[in-house]
Amino acid sequence: MEFHPKSEAELAEVVAGLQAPVRVQSGGTRAVGSVVANDVLHLGGIAGVVDYEPGALTLVAKAGTPLVEIEAMLAAEKQRLSFEPMDHRVLLGTKGEPTIGGVVAANVSGPRRISVGACRDFALGVRFVDGMGRVVKNGGRVMKNVTGYDLVKLMAGSRGTLGAMSEVSLKVMPVPEVETTLVLHVTDAAQAVEAMSAALGSPYEVTGAAQSGAVYLRLEGFAPSVAYRLEELENLLGRFGEMERLVAAASAKVWTDIRDVRAFAEQDFVTRVSLRPSDMSAFLAAAQAEHSFDAMLDWGGGLAWLATDKESLGGFAQSFCAANGGHATRVKGAFEACAFQPEAAGVARLSYGLRQRFDPKGLFNPELMARG
Amino acid sequence: MQMPVPNPVTLAKKAKLTERLRAVLGKDGVISEEIALKAYECDALTAYRCPPMLALLPRTTKEVAAALRICHEMDVPVVPRGSGTSLAGGAMPTADSVILGVSRMSEVLETDYADRIIRVQTGRTNLSVTGAIEGEGFFYAPDPSSQLACAIAGNIAMNSGGAHCLKYGVTTNNLMGVTMVMMDGEIVEIGGAHLDSGGLDLLGLICGSEGQLGVVTEATLRILHKPEGARPVLIGFDSNEVAGACVSDIIRAGILPVAIEFMDRMLIGVCDDYSGAGYPDCEALLIVEVEGSEAEIEHQLGLIHEIAKGHNPVEFRKATSAEEAGRIWAGRKAAFSAIGKVSDYMCLDGTIPVSQLPFVLKRIGELSQTYGLAVGNVFHAGDGNMHPLILYDANKPGDLEICEAFGAEVLKLCVEVGGCLTGEHGVGIEKRDLMLDQFAPEDLDMQMAVKDVFDPKWLLNPAKVFPLASSEARRIAAE
Repeated sequence: MEFHPKSEAELAEVVAGLQAPVRVQSGGTRAVGSVVANDVLHLGGIAGVVDYEPGALTLVAKAGTPLVEIEAMLAAEKQRLSFEPMDHRVLLGTKGEPTIGGVVAANVSGPRRISVGACRDFALGVRFVDGMGRVVKNGGRVMKNVTGYDLVKLMAGSRGTLGAMSEVSLKVMPVPEVETTLVLHVTDAAQAVEAMSAALGSPYEVTGAAQSGAVYLRLEGFAPSVAYRLEELENLLGRFGEMERLVAAASAKVWTDIRDVRAFAEQDFVTRVSLRPSDMSAFLAAAQAEHSFDAMLDWGGGLAWLATDKESLGGFAQSFCAANGGHATRVKGAFEACAFQPEAAGVARLSYGLRQRFDPKGLFNPELMARG
Repeated sequence: MQMPVPNPVTLAKKAKLTERLRAVLGKDGVISEEIALKAYECDALTAYRCPPMLALLPRTTKEVAAALRICHEMDVPVVPRGSGTSLAGGAMPTADSVILGVSRMSEVLETDYADRIIRVQTGRTNLSVTGAIEGEGFFYAPDPSSQLACAIAGNIAMNSGGAHCLKYGVTTNNLMGVTMVMMDGEIVEIGGAHLDSGGLDLLGLICGSEGQLGVVTEATLRILHKPEGARPVLIGFDSNEVAGACVSDIIRAGILPVAIEFMDRMLIGVCDDYSGAGYPDCEALLIVEVEGSEAEIEHQLGLIHEIAKGHNPVEFRKATSAEEAGRIWAGRKAAFSAIGKVSDYMCLDGTIPVSQLPFVLKRIGELSQTYGLAVGNVFHAGDGNMHPLILYDANKPGDLEICEAFGAEVLKLCVEVGGCLTGEHGVGIEKRDLMLDQFAPEDLDMQMAVKDVFDPKWLLNPAKVFPLASSEARRIAAE
């Protein structure tokens, strides 16, 4: 069965009447992992911007609102979603329209996550329907709010397993006047992480630090400020050899491609690994000893995208993360195993307990994030 | 302020409890003398006091676990405490509870400038986290006013903010991992030196949970390189409305100051008298601080000047030296001491959408007339976090009650215009009974369900955050 509620009230009614588990989906462009459910609960019909206050940097939108609509509205006021959400259609080859609810549900954050924070850091409020069909709200539409527990963070990244989101509030940010990217021709992973750490540990406010072939470092802001910081950064990183600058559209293109992991669009199996930057080169070396793959680094070396034609690398990455701290997700490929990093026993028990409370009948995306 | 009646069964366990806790914490780790317990009878919400049964001062995570395991077995409520600077009564004990303080756990465990993290024991004070890394040019961004005294444990419990969070975010945006001891003594690791969670964001849930879900003993924090410089500008206006419009225009122009602070006429006068800051005689004052190199600062201040000119400021005073910068901040930073010299006061902490500022200030003025108590306003204007200060006389019978009623009206007003009860101080006991003004019963039930998962016996700081009537069934069922 397919359910298409058009409002939060209809959603609550649908959920209250559910007899079997559902796949909760909005735009359906970020299908990572597998769900044990025959029915589908579509949230795309609950759409529309509820409130946008440019002077307060806040936006409230229903969960199914297309991202493209929100981005256009923000751009008209020279503002944006600063956490730079990835468009998964490029990598996964999915069709459909990404929605703001999907972005928040999967806590989708792009290259700028390293400087400004993740999607969850910009999520101010949420409304959702729990597994009993009750409408629950948390947070609000103001930037500073410590009233009660922060269920907004919990819902961000819960991938529809705790509730069906109907509305989100977000903090938005101004679009800077200019952006420029510094390109360092460094290919060795350890050296790349060292260069990115030096840049991110400087006072020059680097807003992107990635390695995809070369090392890319992004600066944004007012023109005189970017010009100044660029020069300082070049001085700081002189030891890493030849550099070049990319400005405006050329710079933007680099970061859109990194954000969307365009380089791996044609690959069969893609795994995403979050590690402490100083553990990254050891991880890559260990992985290379047993597997063959292509790698792309983001977040100053704290995030790796690994592409290969075999399934086994995902399991290797998850074992490494379990032993060293971090997490790996099988993002793309016909995987047998659960896509998400198995949690340590204590944490797994808490997560299980929360799912039991939010969704006691096990209706929402069963077995997506944890099995058994 | 109503608190649950102390449980006589629990009180009767004191001798046995003391003996068992001393066996794991040593004699000096368990404080039981009446006079010594006085130190733990309240936090910075000093209007309410109650000495605990015992105060525990463990030195390690293992000792915390051992102590909690005993309290769990003996069904004794535990109130975690950092430095006791909560303005909301978050660390206030009940007579049948034990205080668990982390003040003896203040070590730096690891510093890594390449990965830009520091790992500390949570009894360490906020300012001394920066103190440990500033030699290398780094700092820890969240800067609550109490940063000289407040502990990271309390910052995490309350998700503390500060004047500079417009740019750098609050505690939850700078917290990467914790070691947490559950009420039953189990030690869990959540997050770490890597970014984000592969599963549910439990770290985000714990931050701001007011010591009700677990006791955080170690924390991995994000650190940043200090900016090259920072400089404030002071702008005076002849009305609150115009000051509010100027804030909005600065934000819309794409400038991201580290701080935009607002003071009204009363606070301007009181702070100026106290600190000799030399503030202008006007209705509203903004202090806007920007960061960067000299040239970057000049450029941003130039843009701000252009915007401010459009609002006919009474005064636009740019700091040109560290000394002038210090003078501009002196009055604002002394605001609470300055007003404390004039009168007893209660500090509120609601947040409002910035656009509602003029309306809310006008309503607060009217309520001040109705209740017959003076009020001053100082707040973080960039993010709408207000701190109305209501003046009252603690020695005058009934005055505190009038002040509290006035405060409650103001907080309800914040909620009505689309804001919230507390922006950075937390709910504690202070705003507990207003929670149903902001949340529906189902909203609170969902939050309490989270506590059921983490602390099924409802022993950790049980009489806080939720209205007693809302949490009563759960607290009694757990007994």
